[in-house]
Formats: sequence, structure tokens, C-alpha cells
Amino acid sequence: MHAEQVKHDFEPKIVAFVCTWCTYAGADLAGTSRLQYPSNVRIVKFPCTGRIDPVFILRAFQKGADGVLVSGCHPGDCHYMAGNYHARRRFSAFRKLLEFVGVDLDRLEFSWVSAAEGGKWVEMVTGLTERVREMGPMREFKDLENEEPWSGALDSPELEKAFQAIP
Amino acid sequence: MSRIGVFVCHCGENISRTVAVEKVAVAAREIPGVAFATDYKYMCSEPGQSLLKKAVADHRLDGLVVAACSPRMHEKTFRNAARATGLNPFLCEMANIREHCSWVHENREEATAKAADIVRMMVARVKKNRDLAAITVPVTKRALVIGGGIAGIQAALDIADAGHQVVLVEKEPSIGGHMAQLSETFPTLDCSQCIMTPKMVDVANHPNVTLYTYAEIENVEGYIGNFQITIRKKARSVDEAKCTGCGICSTKCPQKKIPNAFDRNLGTRPAIYTPFPQAVPNTPVIDRDNCTYFKTGKCGVCSKVCGPGAVDYEQQDELIVEPVGAIVAATGFQLYDIGPKPEGSPYKGYGEYGYGTLPDVIDGLTFERLASASGPTGGAIRRPSDGKEPKEVVFIQCVGSRAREKGISYCSKICCMYTAKHTMLFKHKVHDGQAYVFFMDARTPGKNYDEFWRRAVEEEDAVYVRGMVSRLYQKGDKVVVVGSDVLVGVRVEIEADLVVLATAVQAQKGADLLAQKLGISYDKDNFYSEAHAKLKPVECATAGIYLAGACQGPKDIPETVSQASAAAAKVMTLFSKDQMERDPMVARVRETTCVACFACRKVCPYGAVEHKEIRNRQGELIKVVASVNAGVCGGCGTCQATCPSKSVELDGYTDEQIFAMIEEL
Repeated sequence: MHAEQVKHDFEPKIVAFVCTWCTYAGADLAGTSRLQYPSNVRIVKFPCTGRIDPVFILRAFQKGADGVLVSGCHPGDCHYMAGNYHARRRFSAFRKLLEFVGVDLDRLEFSWVSAAEGGKWVEMVTGLTERVREMGPMREFKDLENEEPWSGALDSPELEKAFQAIP
Repeated sequence: MSRIGVFVCHCGENISRTVAVEKVAVAAREIPGVAFATDYKYMCSEPGQSLLKKAVADHRLDGLVVAACSPRMHEKTFRNAARATGLNPFLCEMANIREHCSWVHENREEATAKAADIVRMMVARVKKNRDLAAITVPVTKRALVIGGGIAGIQAALDIADAGHQVVLVEKEPSIGGHMAQLSETFPTLDCSQCIMTPKMVDVANHPNVTLYTYAEIENVEGYIGNFQITIRKKARSVDEAKCTGCGICSTKCPQKKIPNAFDRNLGTRPAIYTPFPQAVPNTPVIDRDNCTYFKTGKCGVCSKVCGPGAVDYEQQDELIVEPVGAIVAATGFQLYDIGPKPEGSPYKGYGEYGYGTLPDVIDGLTFERLASASGPTGGAIRRPSDGKEPKEVVFIQCVGSRAREKGISYCSKICCMYTAKHTMLFKHKVHDGQAYVFFMDARTPGKNYDEFWRRAVEEEDAVYVRGMVSRLYQKGDKVVVVGSDVLVGVRVEIEADLVVLATAVQAQKGADLLAQKLGISYDKDNFYSEAHAKLKPVECATAGIYLAGACQGPKDIPETVSQASAAAAKVMTLFSKDQMERDPMVARVRETTCVACFACRKVCPYGAVEHKEIRNRQGELIKVVASVNAGVCGGCGTCQATCPSKSVELDGYTDEQIFAMIEEL
């Protein structure tokens, strides 16, 4: 499944799933401070990292993202008290699953960026963009989408045999 | 097919400088479902908003995307404009192409492409937006003010005078805060006590104010208009109802050698004490850590001498729950600890200044106590080591402030002025004395401030040396100050009798912990963050919570009082209605698919998920489902991401809306 990755200049697509209270505001601060960072990132705003369903991350990879950044309030600072803790638990389990599936975890970044950390936001985005640029395009999930759906034909001898064995 | 309108703002040149706005508008016209797209110089201006309203009517638009600044800036503006056209305000979304695009990218081509992408994602989202109706909730017209310094007192008095109930909570045994410790105040040199203590009495006696001193915030629940505050009233060991404030307990207490924190440890106090003579309330408190009775079980003198029998050794901490509708945080500041570097602290300390080891090196607040008529020396300037009157005094400014290498990058704002004041107070009390000031810059913006500073230099003969001090050391009974005069370019050594350090203003100890209880954000220095640096300087991003005074950043008294009154005005605005509208971004349960596993209930931070029984006409129970109390739901959406059967949806952030955006990547 792993196509030979072409490691040359390409513009990676980065998606950032951020909470509105901390990281979105931190990205705003980067703007008001006129800090510069690569333009590859597209931001999707959520009320809280607790709202972010792991399926969104899968779908983003499938729809062309080469890297995904999930960022919210620092532990203890959640506007909704505990949403970021739920997110942290959820994503530590989710990372294991992704690793099992064979996604390079370097494409996925989880971080805490507060409303006061415009500089940290720039670091996170720049770091992930450059890292993913080095890694080359993410092909796995996109190839999956392009694959023809299973026709229902039992084309392997083992399956055929197993099918025949059903009384 | 939707009929979306896209409005691309130039923001003067802020956006158009790096984003080809016309191209973004042209690209938007090609998006299926977009019926109208244009660009305009200032969308938020009156003509800009009229343009939007006219387009809605002319093109029968059913959804709006305004590509401009952050929604944190103008979402409300454009949603109100949408409402004025008869559209549901929640069908209007902002595409942030300023903070997240034009301001952070230089390459015009890349920025334009990104802006077009952002617009496309927001159009996809708006297509899935639904009409939402604002939720109205009742407003509890009582306010909580945290902190009884000048900020808290002013805010409490203003709100109480408007006829609303106020709960004022102070963690020390008396209200008054730092201002009660000051001797005289700039730029008028009027006595701090004289202007402060009447206000302290006013607030304590106000019929609308409930005062809790020696109390702290234990827990905060609820939301704007409907907070439930749990207050821990620490055991005073003295019954406030019985105590007459005669003070005989303090006089007779045999344990009198405890450093007096109010006097910056210059004097001592007994174990049962009021922090200072004008304390409000004038009820003593037993310092249990230092009281002989609490340590050994023997003594009990205070109890024996107390006529009304107010001393109560068995008193316990009390938890009080107060319902309030608004909160003013006025928790003030602390001073930079300039002793040796504390373990684990990000601040580096000033070991080279010998604070804490050289007795005649003190900080500015200690000097205030020396100069105060109610202080340990009765207002006479005496140095701590031998009680002699100092003749040569060196003041060092910016100790901690504007010193990134020491951990603080900001200016503490008040030190230039209070140091100028200190040189004057010193000169007024020690006529043959000489004051020297080491300074980086003299920053004196403010009404009559520069005039005040010039008076210190020109009329009161303070010698200002521009430069920093590298080291202080003891030589006989003098403290040698080694510094430099950068204007002349020479090394300067002064043998001083007393050295006063203008230490940095820092966020109050525990400010971060309180912020976490309140659910408000704070900056890297633990100062509380306002919702907008210029246009919302007293509101927090968290609705219903307001800021007053130095908890937001270093401030002098006039500024603090102004902000406290502003916060009070905001509270009164909130209290002017019986019902208030709140954002309808709340979770809803799809009852047909809910299997009542209540995973949502486990993760809900607000306890908003309830059991709901669905019965048929005969009254027989058909099924149990989860149900969200919209008034309590905070709108975080954790339930939706958790629900295994996808039966909860957060309005405004539905899966449909999010997926629509992701599809457009």
C-alpha cells in the first residue's frame, strides 16, 4: 500500500483543529503581533477540543491533509473546565489506533496553545509544516478513497474455500 | 440550492495589502450556491453594512459569509446586521482572512489562495447552518466582587449604590488591600489612609453589601446571570457577632513577637490581632500557626479577658453558597520576591542586591510603611538595622521590571512615580538628606505626573542617575551601591545608609488557580486577560465576569478606580434586564436514536444531562433517553464527540457543518 514517497518540494496541506478560547485566540494574537508563518494551514474552529471527534482527523487525512494539528487550552485552563482532559484521553487512545493502522504519527501534532501564546502557535504550525514537507505527501488514505469498492467477488482461493465450507 | 452572499473586506489596507480581495470575490462567485459576492473597503462601516443589507434584499440571500477580521472582533456586528435584514443571525459566519491570513503571510499569491480557501470552507459551513433561536435565561441581580482592595471596594460601592446586592469577599482579615499600606499617594501627596478608610467603612456599612473577610472562593459553578459561588469563610476563632472590637485580647496576648506582615515585617504583632488599627471589620483573628493555645493547648488568655465571650477556639471553616449573576475579579497584585531565587520559580531573583541578607536594603512598600504616620516608626524614616535616621538614600528602579533575563519583560508602570514620591517624602522628613535614584527611563504619562516628577528632580533635589546597579554590599554600617552612569559613561559608587528597591508588580499569588475556578484566561505572567485589549478592557472572554485593577496588569490608583467603576457599569448593564439572551450553542439529543447509555452525562462538566422518560398515552414507560438542560449547558460539545450512537448534537457545531468544511480542504 505504501507507494514510494516522493520527497521533493511540495506544499503540504495542514489542517488545524483548534478550540475557540485558547488556540484560535492565540492564532489571532499571532496575527495582531504580525508574526509570519507558512500559509499551508487551514483552521477549523471548535468550541472546545472536547468537541473534536477523531473521525474528523481521519476524514481530513482522507480529503487531502498531509498533516493535522489539534490544539486547545492548557490543562487546567479549559473554558469548559474539563473538555481538554477528555480530548487528551481520547487522543492518546486514538494515536495508538492510528499507529496500528500505519499512519506515521509525525503527521499528527497535539498541543496546548493558550490565548497568550501567539509565538508558540507560529512555532507549532511552522514546525509541523516543515516536518511534513520533509516527509512528503500523505498517500495512504487518499489511495484508499480512490480504490474501487469491493465487488463482492471472492477472488482468493482461501476465501473461496471457506465460503464453500459453509453448509 | 442555497443563495449565499460573500462579502470580502479590504479592512482599509490591512487585508488588501497582501490578499487580492477582488480575486477572492471573483473566486467566491464560482462556488456552487453563492448567489452574490463582492468586495468593499470597510465592511464593518455603516456603508459596508448597508451594502450587506441591500444585497440580502436584492439577491434574496439565505446565508452570509463575511471574509474580514476574526469573529472575535466583528461576528456580533455582522450577525446584528443579518438580524436587521430579517435573516437569522446564525446564518452569518465570518471567514477570518485578516488575523489568520493577511497579517501572517507576506506572499501575495499564497495569501490570496489561502483566503479563497478559507472563504470556500466557510461557504460550505454556512450551507449547513440552521436557524437558531437565542435562549433567554433569568438574571440573578446580585454581584460577587473578589478582593477588597481599592478596586473591589469601588466596584462594590458603585454596584450597591445602584441598588443591587453585592457580596464582597476578601482573603485577609481586613479589607483595604495594598492601598491601606501606603503613606501618601502621587501626584497630590494626600494621605492614603485618609481617602481609603472612609471608603472601607462605607462599603462595610452599606445595606446592600454582604462582606466576607478572611474568606476565599472555594468553587464557582454556573454561567452568566446564574453563578453559584461557594465561599470558604476561614475560622477566625472570634465570633464576629459578639466581638465589640475593644482590642483587650490583643493587648493581653502573651505571644507578641510575630512579624507584622502589614508593616512588611518591620514591627511585631500578637497572635490574636487586627492587621492595622483602622481595620474593617474591626474584629481580631487568631493566627493559629503562632498561637500558644493552638500549639500547646495551654494559655487561653484572650478567652479569659474577653468580656462578651467572643473568642471561640472551636470555630470551624464555614462554607457559604451565594447565588450571583455577575462576578468582578479585583484580586490585585503582589511584589516581586527579590530574595534568592526560589526553587522551581521562573523568576531569577536579585541575589546581587542582597535583599533579605542586607538589613538596610528594603523594597518600596516597606518604605511606604516607614513613611506612614500609622507605621511602625510613626512616620519617621528610620533604617531597619540600627534605627538611625538615614542621610543618604539610594532608590533603584526597575528591579525585576523590564528585565527579560530575570523573568519579567513588562514595565510595572507605577514605580517611576512612587520612587519620585519617595524622594519627596524622604526630603520632607529628613531635610539634610540626599536621595539618589538609579533609573532606566522616567515614565510619567498621566495627568500632572510629569510635573510631579520634575518637582522631585528640580525642587526637591533628588539626584537621578541614568544607569543600572550591578551590586550592593555592606561596608561597615553603609551599603555600597555599585552602578554606572551611562550618560556620562562612568562607574558610580555611592555609600548609602538605606537602599530602596522599586520591585516589580506581579500577579497576585494564586491568581492562576482562581482563574481556573472562574474559567477565565490569563497571560504568561498570570495577569487576567481582557476580552479585547482596546474595546473590551474590563470584560473577560467568559461572559458575566469582569476585571478591575491590577489583577489585569500593573495599574496605579486612578486607573484602578476608573476600571472598577467601568466594571461596575458593565454589571449594572447586565442587571438592567430581568432576562438575558445567551448564545444558543447548546447540545440537543436526538431521542429516536439515543440508547440511554449516559456516556454524555459522565463527560458533561455542567451536569446538564438529565434523564427523560418517554411515555405513551397510557402513561406506560416506553424508553428512557438523555436530555440536555439548555439553560445549564455550556456548549463545549464534549458529549457529542463522546456519544457512541451520535445522538447528541451541538447546535452551531454539528457534524454536518464540520464535515462540510473538511470536504473543502
